[in-house]
Amino acid sequence: MRKILSSLLIGHLIGLSALVLPAAAQDGPLRIEITEGVIEPLPYAVPDFVATGSGGTEIAQQLTRVIASDLSGTGLFREVSADAHIGRITDFNAPVQYADWKAVNAQALITGAVQVTGNRLTVQFRVYDVFSGAELGNGLQFAGTTAGWRRMAHKVADAVYSRITGEGGYFDSRVVYVSESGPKNDRRKRLAIMDYDGANVQYLTDSSAIVLAPRFSPTGDRVLYTSYETGFPQVHVLDVGKVKQRIISSEDGVMSFAPRFAPDGKTVVYSQTQGGNTDIYTMDINGRNQRQLTNAPSIETAPSYSPDGSQIVFESDRSGTQQLYVMSANGGEAKRISFGQGRYGTPVWSPRGDLIAFTKQSKGRFHIGVMRTDGSEERLLTASFLDEGPTWSPNGRVIMFTRETQGANGRALLYSVDITGRNLRPVRTPDGGSDPAWSPLQK
Amino acid sequence: MSMTLPKKLMMIGAILAVSACTNANGWGDDDGVGSGQTGATAPGLVTDQTSPAYFQQAIGDRVVFAVDQSTLSDEAQSILAAQAQWLGSNPDYTATIEGHADEQGTREYNLALGARRAAAAREYLISRGVAGNRLKTVSYGKERPLEVCSEEACYSKNRRAVTVLTTDLTG
Repeated sequence: MRKILSSLLIGHLIGLSALVLPAAAQDGPLRIEITEGVIEPLPYAVPDFVATGSGGTEIAQQLTRVIASDLSGTGLFREVSADAHIGRITDFNAPVQYADWKAVNAQALITGAVQVTGNRLTVQFRVYDVFSGAELGNGLQFAGTTAGWRRMAHKVADAVYSRITGEGGYFDSRVVYVSESGPKNDRRKRLAIMDYDGANVQYLTDSSAIVLAPRFSPTGDRVLYTSYETGFPQVHVLDVGKVKQRIISSEDGVMSFAPRFAPDGKTVVYSQTQGGNTDIYTMDINGRNQRQLTNAPSIETAPSYSPDGSQIVFESDRSGTQQLYVMSANGGEAKRISFGQGRYGTPVWSPRGDLIAFTKQSKGRFHIGVMRTDGSEERLLTASFLDEGPTWSPNGRVIMFTRETQGANGRALLYSVDITGRNLRPVRTPDGGSDPAWSPLQK
Repeated sequence: MSMTLPKKLMMIGAILAVSACTNANGWGDDDGVGSGQTGATAPGLVTDQTSPAYFQQAIGDRVVFAVDQSTLSDEAQSILAAQAQWLGSNPDYTATIEGHADEQGTREYNLALGARRAAAAREYLISRGVAGNRLKTVSYGKERPLEVCSEEACYSKNRRAVTVLTTDLTG
């Protein structure tokens, strides 16, 4: 899809409004500070985009609903429903009657126009700061095909989110995960990929072999995962576009698992087990140049690179229990960073580089948490019978993870939560789901 | 992806109904002769001391572990000693030892823990005279629980190392 700056451009992005946000009670521009944990979401209105062209009305309605679902789904925004609207937007270019939107307490107004010509789709939109009576940022236009209408909706929502929060968006992204079906003692697992909101699910493998923990490449076009296809867990790589996979660690009878890409997209860090002992290794994406980074009789696994590629965070039970450690990307001495009560595993470095997400086990409960990269400011975001395996949204503001329920009928589902611990919500998948991995923002 | 069996391994008595059952779950990873991961019954008569059924049911094909441990209890050692003796008298068989964990743990850690358990059982069998090249190990972590409740009664059975007999027809 091509992104075109339209002729609508008028003025610059920031500093146009003087709205007061109820939760943060800030003076100054229409702005949400995500890190402060927004309690009162910002009310907005998004009337159906104005349609022109055959089939435009239906697409315009669906597209508007996806935008609203993206924004409200963050927990930072609350939609003023169409039933309550006084104003009607029938002409995208006509001046906005701010009083109509003030009266229904919509602090932000999003208007748009959808034009369909054959299979070509053009979407224009504008964001208004209602209480200061001014447009927020510039009008923008996206052009593509009608088949890609959901992605265009996500792009509009990303732009709106970005303008109001000052952060990058995350809606135009995908999630690869393990789709689970069948009873607990005969669980079928297969790789699946979907939009971040659960739409457009596509299966990447069948369920003839156990598959675990898929991870995206930095560009989102490849997925590393562990498969039992040979009878032993081994690292595989899959080309998402071609749905074509191959094994990259094929030493007979040697287990390798927990792979992740380095930020260079060429190096793979993973765990390998020799004689019952698990250590961390790297290799290139073709399985060559294998290097051992840790050499200890303890369990070293779940490695994850810092975004600059210079460091690796991993878990080890060298102290007697599972804890988190950071070492140079070349191996060598590791520094322990987790010191709270309980066990820590599955560390994942935030794409912003500021935080490490992890799974914590304490007093028979599981938590998803975040801490700074030196281990300070630990914060637990969730608690349940079994939460594990966090993955970061592309903007480092939301975490998706696996939640498994208790007992004989227990099943795994995907959930997301923001880094302040708010807005915990299930991610809809056709079957059960586990081991999610969030893609980078799509280009 | 097609169903694949580990190289050169073949299930014994594939024509027996029990083996068909073993395979009916559709999993591509080999179940060997009476699988630890599915709890299927091994072929042969339990009264026949040379049969996999005897190995599985009379001797006992599995040992269990304490929470987050891979040390072998006295009971586990005596079961493994009997397994070693049986493997000594039945040289046509090889074995894959499957290590498993209960669900109280993260996925990667449990894979590594299961590998430790399988290796502990393998080392013990070797110490009792079984040649190392007859014994493979694999870990399933928490992926293949036998018992499904979320209580210690089930967890204690799921923390296991199962010796699954195989035969290498090409020698």
